[in-house]
Amino acid sequence: MDKTIKIQVRRYLPEKQPDPFWQEYEVPLEPKWGVLDALIYIKDHLDGSLSYRWSCHMGVCGSCGMMVNGEPALTCATFLEEYQPGPIRIEPLANFKVLRDLIIDTDDFMGKLKSVKPWLITDEKRDITDGENRQTPAELKAFKQYTLCINCMLCYSACPVVGLNEDFVGPAAIALAQRYNYDNRDSGNAARHDTLLAHGGAFDCTLIGECSRACPKHVDPTGAIQRYKADGAMEYWKRLIWPKAATAPKNDGIVKQID
Amino acid sequence: MTRYGPDEYDVLIVGGGGAGLRAAIAVAETDPRLKVGVVSKVYPMRSHTVSAEGGSAGVIKSNDSIDEHIYDTISGGDWLCDQDAVEAFVNEAPKELLRMEHWGCPWSREPDGSVAVRSFGGMKNKRTWYAADKTGFHMLHTLFQTSLKYEPIRRYDEFFATTLLVDDGRCQGVVALEMATGRLHTIAARSVILCTGGFGKAFRFTTNANIKTGDGVALAYRAGVPLKDMEFVQYHPTGLPFTGILITEATRAEGGFLLNKEDYRYLQDYNLGKPAPQPVNRTMELGPRDRLSQAFEQERQKGRTIKGPYGDYVHLDLRHLGEQHINERLPMVRELCLKYEKIDPVTQCIPVRPVVHYTMGGIDVDINGATCVEGLYAAGEASCVSINGANRLGSNSLTELLVFGARAGRAAAEHAKQAKPFSAKLAALARDEEQRIEETFCKSGEGKTSGDSIASIRETLHHQMEAGAGIYRDEKSLQTAKETVLELQERAKALPLQDSSYTFNTELTAAMELRNLLELSSAIIESGLLRTESRGAHQRTDFPQRDDENYLKHSLAHRTEYGATPRIEYAPVTITKWPPKERVYG
Ligand SMILES: Cc1cc2nc3c(=O)[nH]c(=O)nc-3n(C[C@H](O)[C@H](O)[C@H](O)COP(=O)(O)OP(=O)(O)OC[C@H]3O[C@@H](n4cnc5c(N)ncnc54)[C@H](O)[C@@H]3O)c2cc1C
Ligand code: SF4
Ligand code: FES
Repeated sequence: MDKTIKIQVRRYLPEKQPDPFWQEYEVPLEPKWGVLDALIYIKDHLDGSLSYRWSCHMGVCGSCGMMVNGEPALTCATFLEEYQPGPIRIEPLANFKVLRDLIIDTDDFMGKLKSVKPWLITDEKRDITDGENRQTPAELKAFKQYTLCINCMLCYSACPVVGLNEDFVGPAAIALAQRYNYDNRDSGNAARHDTLLAHGGAFDCTLIGECSRACPKHVDPTGAIQRYKADGAMEYWKRLIWPKAATAPKNDGIVKQID
Repeated sequence: MTRYGPDEYDVLIVGGGGAGLRAAIAVAETDPRLKVGVVSKVYPMRSHTVSAEGGSAGVIKSNDSIDEHIYDTISGGDWLCDQDAVEAFVNEAPKELLRMEHWGCPWSREPDGSVAVRSFGGMKNKRTWYAADKTGFHMLHTLFQTSLKYEPIRRYDEFFATTLLVDDGRCQGVVALEMATGRLHTIAARSVILCTGGFGKAFRFTTNANIKTGDGVALAYRAGVPLKDMEFVQYHPTGLPFTGILITEATRAEGGFLLNKEDYRYLQDYNLGKPAPQPVNRTMELGPRDRLSQAFEQERQKGRTIKGPYGDYVHLDLRHLGEQHINERLPMVRELCLKYEKIDPVTQCIPVRPVVHYTMGGIDVDINGATCVEGLYAAGEASCVSINGANRLGSNSLTELLVFGARAGRAAAEHAKQAKPFSAKLAALARDEEQRIEETFCKSGEGKTSGDSIASIRETLHHQMEAGAGIYRDEKSLQTAKETVLELQERAKALPLQDSSYTFNTELTAAMELRNLLELSSAIIESGLLRTESRGAHQRTDFPQRDDENYLKHSLAHRTEYGATPRIEYAPVTITKWPPKERVYG
């Protein structure tokens, strides 16, 4: 081993001891290694009991988010060299319940994604024989950025509101709602207002912008929330002043049977 | 009164990738009363479909034809495809891709708003639908998000299937490990569909994710289903050295060149046509993957590749495409190169080398995804229908997930409606499985140091598969690999663990994955050893010709027992309208 670097991992083994503890490992400082490669090295050669999630090793599956020196990062796309001379401190993503070592509980996040009805809602049922919907490159561009979210949850770790208010639906879920709201093929805005206007919805956000800074895919959740606040304010006042005139959901999106 | 217990399903799908989710939706749409379960060892959107870049093929434009897509697929597969399956595939492909459009997939578009298509290796016409160069990502997220609206679909995220429950000749469910708690669950189902993906992780240098360990293929194999055409493993010609990250074929479809160390477009020396300034379909850089990877290997032997710390490589040159075109059509390629190679393809050549990418072989199924075990189905990369034959064409696989995922879903739904009641023995079978896991893995190895650790067995396996069953093979290399894998299986008979926790014991799942890979590797090697010809991705230097007289047939590897050589049998290839011919490119 030529050069090495020290990795300090915050470990948590609930069956063995009640409190988290720090453990230090020394790994080779290989030029192309990401932080994830160091964890793989530890598991394969130093300590088979270290647990973490990973899969694609190319920054697209969203599994490997952790806190690296206090900042949320995708460990497969964050490189050891950037942290010389070390040590590098690795912790589970902040603002989540930890299940073990670097593995957090993501069920709540998954539920929040679903709560914004992230599927195409249409007024009329379209059949395959109707052919493709037309969508110009400009229409695609209107929502494309919001489709790029890999559900890595780094923005939830960065967001101070998520930390204080567990009901807050959160940056990625709002960006996902906007991904459909701004898709010219979709007419489900009304159905999504219910979640986004409610307690825990977009108005809980104080527009600090940490989510957009943390996002590795440039989704810009802050921008999505800001746009929603403009759209949602209108709907909010409509509902307050004249409830019946507000856009009622036309379709709950539960398709019972197609074709 | 409930018709179902908490863990009883009409259709249970193992795998939440493209094939699994498409199958789940197909079941829900066939009959909304059917209860559907999806078991996946990772959250569905983490499945490896997410990393597919280039696109998904289906005839949509008026200058293209169904027959041409069929012919490209069959010739690309070196005539080992079943032609009835290819016909069904190509005919249903456009409908499936349109359905994805209706579900919101953000396909790239032409200025008039119609769906855009691009060229792809081995395809005569432009027919590959794409969403920039993140096609698999967008397809998987579209399928996942769409699946959320179907109430009957219940997910078991981060559950690892360890065995199939087969009794009375029928598959009636699975045993799955709940990773968060370490609990084993018995999940009964009238039909089971395996959509667990391929097994490229048998090789070291691969584009495949950590999870691609062929678990479902091994489960079917252990349940007595033969594995078809296992010797055909696809090398993709352009992976980044070290990481093995894929640089999509779309780079070449957009006009990228492959250059050797003399900056020469060497493919012109390998019967792939002559260079032209613009890409020509089925020619040069747009030839099929097997031929391009083989050309690299021959260049390497001639000393005309470039030496690097992680093996030899050649250059993929995109510089002439210009920054704007690269940003529009290949944003992910640029992002990956900047991140993982610290180079910018706008101004620099990308170092690339062949890398294990796709497994053509898999669970032997018919055109509806049915295996020989009643109630057991498979779809996606885990299965072998076969539409890919001896060499898959790029962009056919994502479409295959849709077409055959849907077909398997519908067939499994029909079967579930008529299935007999569950047999009484399921609980006993599950107890046996618990005991097997305890004995093989959990006899505490705490404090034990490496020696026979999972990592050391895995590393030897990787090395042997690359050396013995790589781009070129011969009897000697395969024989050596065979002996090593037998030894490794012996060493892996019991794999004691350092980790004795129940909560997220990822050492336990890694050990199970390793045993699966070992079993599948022995099937790859034995099938390759007995196929004494060269066809598609299976190139024997000691038998360099294709031999239709003896080997125009599928190999079927039958499991004998753990650690023993499989028995290889053969089945005919279905030829409908396209009799075998020479493969001509260029
Ligand atoms: C980098 C890359 C790029 C590609 N690009 C293209 C392309 O452009 N066009 C194209 O057509 N094809 C492409 N392919 C091929 C194609 O993406 C794959 O063949 C396809 O996505 C496989 O999908 P699948 O649904 O069969 O399996 P996967 O997406 O691999 O999903 C497998 C699922 O099975 C689950 N699973 C596995 N084992 C278990 C277990 N024991 N218990 C429970 N669950 C389990 C996993 O959790 C996962 O959900 C590419 C492949 C790679 C690697
Ligand atoms: S918005 Fe960005 S940071 Fe948040 S989950 Fe999506 S990709 Fe990750
Ligand atoms: S391992 Fe997939 S994003 Fe890092």
